[in-house]
Amino acid sequence: MTLAEGVQLVSFGLLAIMVIGTALGVVLLPNIVYSAFLLGGVFISIAGLYVLLNAGFVAAAQILIYVGAVNILILFGIMLVNKNQPFSPVRRGWIRLLATGGVCLGLFALLATVVFGTSWQISSAVPAGDQATVLIGIHLFTDFLLPFELASILLLMAMIGAIVLARREFIPDETPADAVSDALTLPERPRELVSATGETTED
Amino acid sequence: MIPLEYYLLLAAALFCIGIYGLVTSRNVIRVLMSIELLLNAVNLNIMAFSNYLDPATATGQAFAVFVISIAAAESAVGLAIILAIYRNRDTVDMEAFNLLKW
Repeated sequence: MTLAEGVQLVSFGLLAIMVIGTALGVVLLPNIVYSAFLLGGVFISIAGLYVLLNAGFVAAAQILIYVGAVNILILFGIMLVNKNQPFSPVRRGWIRLLATGGVCLGLFALLATVVFGTSWQISSAVPAGDQATVLIGIHLFTDFLLPFELASILLLMAMIGAIVLARREFIPDETPADAVSDALTLPERPRELVSATGETTED
Repeated sequence: MIPLEYYLLLAAALFCIGIYGLVTSRNVIRVLMSIELLLNAVNLNIMAFSNYLDPATATGQAFAVFVISIAAAESAVGLAIILAIYRNRDTVDMEAFNLLKW
């Protein structure tokens, strides 16, 4: 990046505040739809950080894949499983919150000590800059060729697996009883519901 | 130039927020979102190291592209599993998914 020192620092500060604020919103807001939209904010701010880190191609990939695919997928998931149910409070739930907060703060303190305690071997080589896209292409087709092909197989497996897991079983040769109102719906094979409350009573 | 430690601290903070959301949230979709936060924190770490320790070859950027593609696959399969389990148990509460609990 050919930006002045101060401009870089100010944009890093703004992006860091955006990342932390929106991530806290994702975790803490009670409404799940707001969380999903704030998750898009996290992804976009991280793409901005990638631009600061001389990685334009990965920033574009981040916006395309995360904001364009993953975030939309999560929004569709929220629409499909939209159930506004009040969660029954867990016994001694505040202990869980306190313990998790303590563990997370401790983990952050540990990571911060490691970050400041290590002497990083900062390289003084010239960053690849806009040539990075060409370099990524060369990497993908020479020394990372096997992982690249495996990634395509993995994506195919994930696609087929997601379809198999999420589809509903329809009965093909049965017409609905009320032919007018159910004209656009196929009869679905009934599935036995596993009782959600039955086995939780004994503990 | 911004010190490398700033990026690492930001990634560590994002990771800890993701862990907190992963453990404490009751809604199963929010758990999936927390996993995305974790993956993004790791990716930010990879990109920071790539830019500061090995800036000329862009190997870390190729790694980050792999991580992004695998995260997309993970989220698709995760949402399919959530849909299936929601259809079975008719709830989105993580505390109700205790079939394997002993």
